[in-house]
Amino acid sequence: MALFSSSGISIEAVSVCVPQEIERTLEYEWITENERLLFQKTTGIEERRVANETTTCSDLCYTAAKKLLDELNCFNEIDVLIFVSQSPDYYLPATAITLQHRLGLSKSTMSFDVNLGCSGFIYGLSLANTYLQNPAFKKVLLLCGDKSTISTSYRDKSTYPLFGDAGSATLLSRSGKESNWYFNFYSDGSGKDAIIIKEGHSRNPYKWGEELDYFEVEPGVIRTNKHLSLDGMKVFNFALKEVAASIKELLDFSNTTIESVNYFVLHQANLLINESVRKKLKLDKDKFPISIRHFGNTSSASIPLTLVYALKKEICHPQKMLFSGFGVGLSWGNVLLETENVRTFFIEGTLHEK
Amino acid sequence: MDLAEFLEVLREEFDEIPSELITENIDFRSLEGWSSMHALILIALVDNHFGVLLAGEDLKSVSTVAELYNLVQNKLN
Repeated sequence: MALFSSSGISIEAVSVCVPQEIERTLEYEWITENERLLFQKTTGIEERRVANETTTCSDLCYTAAKKLLDELNCFNEIDVLIFVSQSPDYYLPATAITLQHRLGLSKSTMSFDVNLGCSGFIYGLSLANTYLQNPAFKKVLLLCGDKSTISTSYRDKSTYPLFGDAGSATLLSRSGKESNWYFNFYSDGSGKDAIIIKEGHSRNPYKWGEELDYFEVEPGVIRTNKHLSLDGMKVFNFALKEVAASIKELLDFSNTTIESVNYFVLHQANLLINESVRKKLKLDKDKFPISIRHFGNTSSASIPLTLVYALKKEICHPQKMLFSGFGVGLSWGNVLLETENVRTFFIEGTLHEK
Repeated sequence: MDLAEFLEVLREEFDEIPSELITENIDFRSLEGWSSMHALILIALVDNHFGVLLAGEDLKSVSTVAELYNLVQNKLN
């Protein structure tokens, strides 16, 4: 059972990079004006950042990491580099290794990719935590993000207006502090079809010269099997059934009262889901910061993005926080932790473009 | 919550649909502008007010507000 605690680590800094290009829900011409208004009201998404053709997720993460490492002047202290993403640069090699070189990190850096989406930040924190329990490791650089817009079909109203692009970098280190971090994780592969890109990898490989075969799934949803497919109803049911329950489990395990948690930073899936979770926990809106209005669903970057965008000042002071990631897999997990003096950086536009 | 109160909640939630159209015997899928998004809102609303989580198949098995209300009541009992 993936329910555990540890101590002695801290988040030093969080940095996020988003593209400069903005797309607004009310300008999405594939659907009617009434549909745009309903979509905006229900999901909360007014606008999203969309990376241009030449910008990848690794460019966004690189820019976020470069700023963080420059400001904290710790290029030589990174022992582990983890890149959590489902939009890597290449089929192979792993993007983390290319980023080790690009960031000018030591060859003695342990670098690897993790293929997770919306739950990825929590998984990344737990991996960082595991390494930092060993005195040989002092600092871990966790990069999380996605260029989800590369996989969505413009003629699919269930995905295109939902996702935005973002890349993040989080620096974790051994703090020697006694405060505990508590984690719980879940996986349910029976829900693999709820969010999936069916073709292009080993199970259904891309065939050379093959043309894109568009088909209509339902009115307003036209895509190919190389595009991201999302079963809104299944995802919604999953989130309502599992997220609040898993948060309560972690609070019980850690003997923490719900009132003592300052902020619940949830993956920004859509406002209807996040509000439903909040109501299940019977908590006020001011404990649930959001960033989805301006950035959409940014996959594994959504929690760091919410931290730097909505809690920039608060995170400078001691806070007890619960982060919750849930989605593609299906996969979900939570961490309860204490933060203090976390430095934050927010960058619009990648270095790559300049 | 009785059926009349449930109807009031629906009228308030679906403020883009004329409230007089939302009646107990209306087939909600026949309402102009009804979409898959409304189905999600309906599930969230039922979950929030009754503590009952409906699956997509549950929703497909009913067509009127009264049938939906009865389905929820059956699940509560």
